Amino acid sequence: MNSEYFSNDYQKTPFMLFFRVAVYAVLIIAAIYFLIPLVIMIFTSVKTMNDIRTGNLISFPRQFSLEAWKSAWDTACIGVTCNGIKGYFWNSVKITVPAVSISTIIGAANGYVFSKWKFYGSEVFFSILLLGCFIPFQIILLPMAKMLGMAGLAQTLPGLVLVHIVYGLAFTTLFFRNFYVTIPQELVKAARIDGAGFFRIFFKIMLPVSIPIFVVSIIWQTTQIWNDFLFGVVFSSGDTQPITVALNNLVNTSTGVKKYNVDMAAAIIAALPTMAVYIVAGKYFLRGLTAGSVKG
Amino acid sequence: MTFQTSENLKTKISYMSDRLLPKLVVAPTFVSTIVFVYSFILWTAWISFTKSRLLPRYKLEGLIQYIKLFTNDRWWVASKNLFVFGSLFIIICIITGLLLAIFLDQKIRIEGALRTIFLYPMALSFIVTGTVWKWILNPSIGIAKLMHDMGFLSFHFDWLVNSDMAIYTVVIAGVWQSSGFVMALFLAGLRGIDDSIIKAAQIDGASLPRIYLKIIIPSLRPVFFSALMILCHIAIKSFDLIVALTGGGPGYSSDVPATFMYSFAFTRGRLGLGAASSMVMFGAVLAILIPYLYSELRSRDNE
Amino acid sequence: MNFKLLAKTMAVLILFCVFSTSTFAGQVEVLHWWTSGGEAKSVAILKGLLEKEGHSWKDMAVAGGAGENAMTVLKTRAMAGNPPTAAQVKGPAIQEWAREGLLANLDPVAKKENWDKLVPSVVTDIMKYQGHYVAVPVNVHKINWMWCNPSVFIKAKAKIPTTWAEFETAAKKIKAAGFIPVAFGGQAWQEATVFESVVIGQAGAAFYKKALVDTEPGALNSPQMIKALKTFKMIKKYTDKNAPGRDWNMATSMVIKGEAAMQFMGDWAKGEFTAAGKNPGTDYVAIPAPESAGTYLFNIDSFIMFKQKDKSAQQAQNAMARLILGKKFQEVFNVNKGSIPVRSGIAKASFDDIALRSMDEFAAAAANGTLMPSMAHGMAVYPAVQGAIYDVVTEFYNSDMTAKEAAAKFVTTIAAAK
Repeated sequence: MNSEYFSNDYQKTPFMLFFRVAVYAVLIIAAIYFLIPLVIMIFTSVKTMNDIRTGNLISFPRQFSLEAWKSAWDTACIGVTCNGIKGYFWNSVKITVPAVSISTIIGAANGYVFSKWKFYGSEVFFSILLLGCFIPFQIILLPMAKMLGMAGLAQTLPGLVLVHIVYGLAFTTLFFRNFYVTIPQELVKAARIDGAGFFRIFFKIMLPVSIPIFVVSIIWQTTQIWNDFLFGVVFSSGDTQPITVALNNLVNTSTGVKKYNVDMAAAIIAALPTMAVYIVAGKYFLRGLTAGSVKG
Repeated sequence: MTFQTSENLKTKISYMSDRLLPKLVVAPTFVSTIVFVYSFILWTAWISFTKSRLLPRYKLEGLIQYIKLFTNDRWWVASKNLFVFGSLFIIICIITGLLLAIFLDQKIRIEGALRTIFLYPMALSFIVTGTVWKWILNPSIGIAKLMHDMGFLSFHFDWLVNSDMAIYTVVIAGVWQSSGFVMALFLAGLRGIDDSIIKAAQIDGASLPRIYLKIIIPSLRPVFFSALMILCHIAIKSFDLIVALTGGGPGYSSDVPATFMYSFAFTRGRLGLGAASSMVMFGAVLAILIPYLYSELRSRDNE
Repeated sequence: MNFKLLAKTMAVLILFCVFSTSTFAGQVEVLHWWTSGGEAKSVAILKGLLEKEGHSWKDMAVAGGAGENAMTVLKTRAMAGNPPTAAQVKGPAIQEWAREGLLANLDPVAKKENWDKLVPSVVTDIMKYQGHYVAVPVNVHKINWMWCNPSVFIKAKAKIPTTWAEFETAAKKIKAAGFIPVAFGGQAWQEATVFESVVIGQAGAAFYKKALVDTEPGALNSPQMIKALKTFKMIKKYTDKNAPGRDWNMATSMVIKGEAAMQFMGDWAKGEFTAAGKNPGTDYVAIPAPESAGTYLFNIDSFIMFKQKDKSAQQAQNAMARLILGKKFQEVFNVNKGSIPVRSGIAKASFDDIALRSMDEFAAAAANGTLMPSMAHGMAVYPAVQGAIYDVVTEFYNSDMTAKEAAAKFVTTIAAAK
């Protein structure tokens, strides 16, 4: 719905003019509120330590310096190694890519079944699936560790990927189910009369229209998995740790001078991939939500 | 003859496969949910009836951990905080998200840019959010100092270090991080509304606020549902944000059940109590969600 | 010819390498939370020593919350049946881990290296489970220090206090002069650190043992405890209101910069002064917390060692245990970290006055029976009880609770945690 549908009479009244000014004012104030933390982060990351010590939080950098960025990426010490966060960055990529793709694909197939191939008990199972994701994740750490240990996957990359897939399924399934519900059942019926089977309908009818919801699911999962700390710290070890764990180690130093600029640069680097995903795919994201959320 | 049988067989096979395949497809999810979610919940329930300390013990000891939990002051502080934080966080996020969405839907020129600005906090991890807000809200270096530097000497803002107010700083940071996502949900909902209904209302002479209040917002009911589910999920799981922002302090005044459970189960070696607390937490969530889920899913099926 | 010779030497070399790695070299995976500058450097030294002997080091650093995250990681790894070689665990928690039957017996190394002779029995008792070594001590920290910036005292015309009455007079003057008397960080462990320094100072070591080590209800809820609690709360008046959540090193830097006059903190604070280029005696003064002279609250960092199936891993583990108590590591590590060596026979030349004094006090306190394990740093009681005490201390400090109520609450909360 866009207000272009409101007639011109509305647009021309003084009330409407006032209304539009107010709308812009509110939106811009809100945008400032949302942007301030990012501005502070960026400013701080390009300041020198001296600048940070003497200036205030929001002041403009007096000396522009990329030292902190270089240091965060390449030379900052995390534990006993001083190679910056670059190694951990790639670990996170190695975890996120397979976990996001697998959980999204399974979610798509599940959503397809729960919307178009309902069977006796499928609704109940769907509810059970949804409720399960309200268990606090902290408590499942120990049994999960035992399970991974028995499967020989403890402290391995595949183990961590598996954990992320398992606990992401409820949401990906929910997204796809809600999206596929909006596709008319008649289409499926017609295809079946034409002799198309389960997979054929999925690949020929459902998948081609699913791009927006794929984007939603991928964005959601990427954000969740890339930013995860708890599973990352517990189910990985040393050289397989994801970037959030490294960032935490970096930020949580307890002695010496706190290098705020390096901390902030590292924080921005850690957030870049997910921010890029939001910016690049933002439009599709909204489209996907539009298609999926109308019917719930 | 042969042709016909094979054709028959084919239909039979395809009929069978169409019946079996859907179940086969969801089977792995089914198995993993039973194993990795519900069996773990049962495991937790079992542990909550034991005297497990450092590592699990499996000898049942009755309700002792629940009694200890309910007589623990810190638990009640944590529960109250979750209630305060959860309700404020959800309500403010929904109001902010809805308003931003409605405003953005007024043919705004820079809509794309604004949308991205409102959404990006969702992309950040808790360490980032926590660290940055800790700075901003810190009375000696953040906003308060800025205002003093600018000459507003009477400006006072010390919520972060005030036992009674610390939990509200978590609300501020939480709203900042999540309301953009809610905005996107509502905006999507608004874009999906059938225009003819609105046109009809206009012809009937309904005013703009009236149209929003009486027609548009009620028709967004499914979006409210999605937003509520996701916000509930975030609120209950809010652990990282609190750890990074207030560390549960001052004292334990901004503790929530998730941080309570973590510190008792892992740091203090009182696994049994930690398990009991997460069962109570889970139970409370179910008590709230099941009726709601039931009514929502049912009413939608009837549509 | 030449080529042949070269090839032969190469072959021999390779064989030697293969041979040596297969018999001696193993890997140690070490879980620790020493991620900050000086600490990380010190750990890197241990890594270097191990690598010199052909072993490899897999680092498993987990920072944050004084080891809170590290403990979670350790527990899940123990559950998975895949614990690291060594992990930073200290105090009574060592006994808890040993009881699970997961720890390695280090007696052979201990015997060979003569740990019983080198390390005082106060320390070895903590490292042993049922008479066997299961952990290796690294260093000794003294908790009950007070760090002062003398120039602030001079400006405020105040005297550096040695009693709590003097403290209050001095603090009033400092506050009147426009400085912050006490630099403080409102985190549970910092509150507990100050609290236990008050208890041992005001009520004495014998009372401290009864109350915070043996947790006797009679001592916990007693007039002495109520008095100590009141003194502890009195300090709050002389801290700034931005203290909650502040990291300890930020508080130290307030003393360094001359914004604040004093800080109650363990000897690791020294590292901050050193890093800022300050000299002991002139730029800053370290004395025992008021009334606690002669007592010594200690905190000993240690590594527990998990059982290893693999022979080479065992070798590496033993080498690590030996190296930790070796002269080289003890000297370098402790100079870096501000603590004192846990064993005797270390050259004193490289230690500063504060460390040397700490060494003498350690010996003297051990002889006088005033050497006490720190409750705040997990040396005195099990983590569950420690947490219970933390909860009461932090609630008392941050709310309107009276000292009497707090003392009574100690008894009930600790009973519930046992």
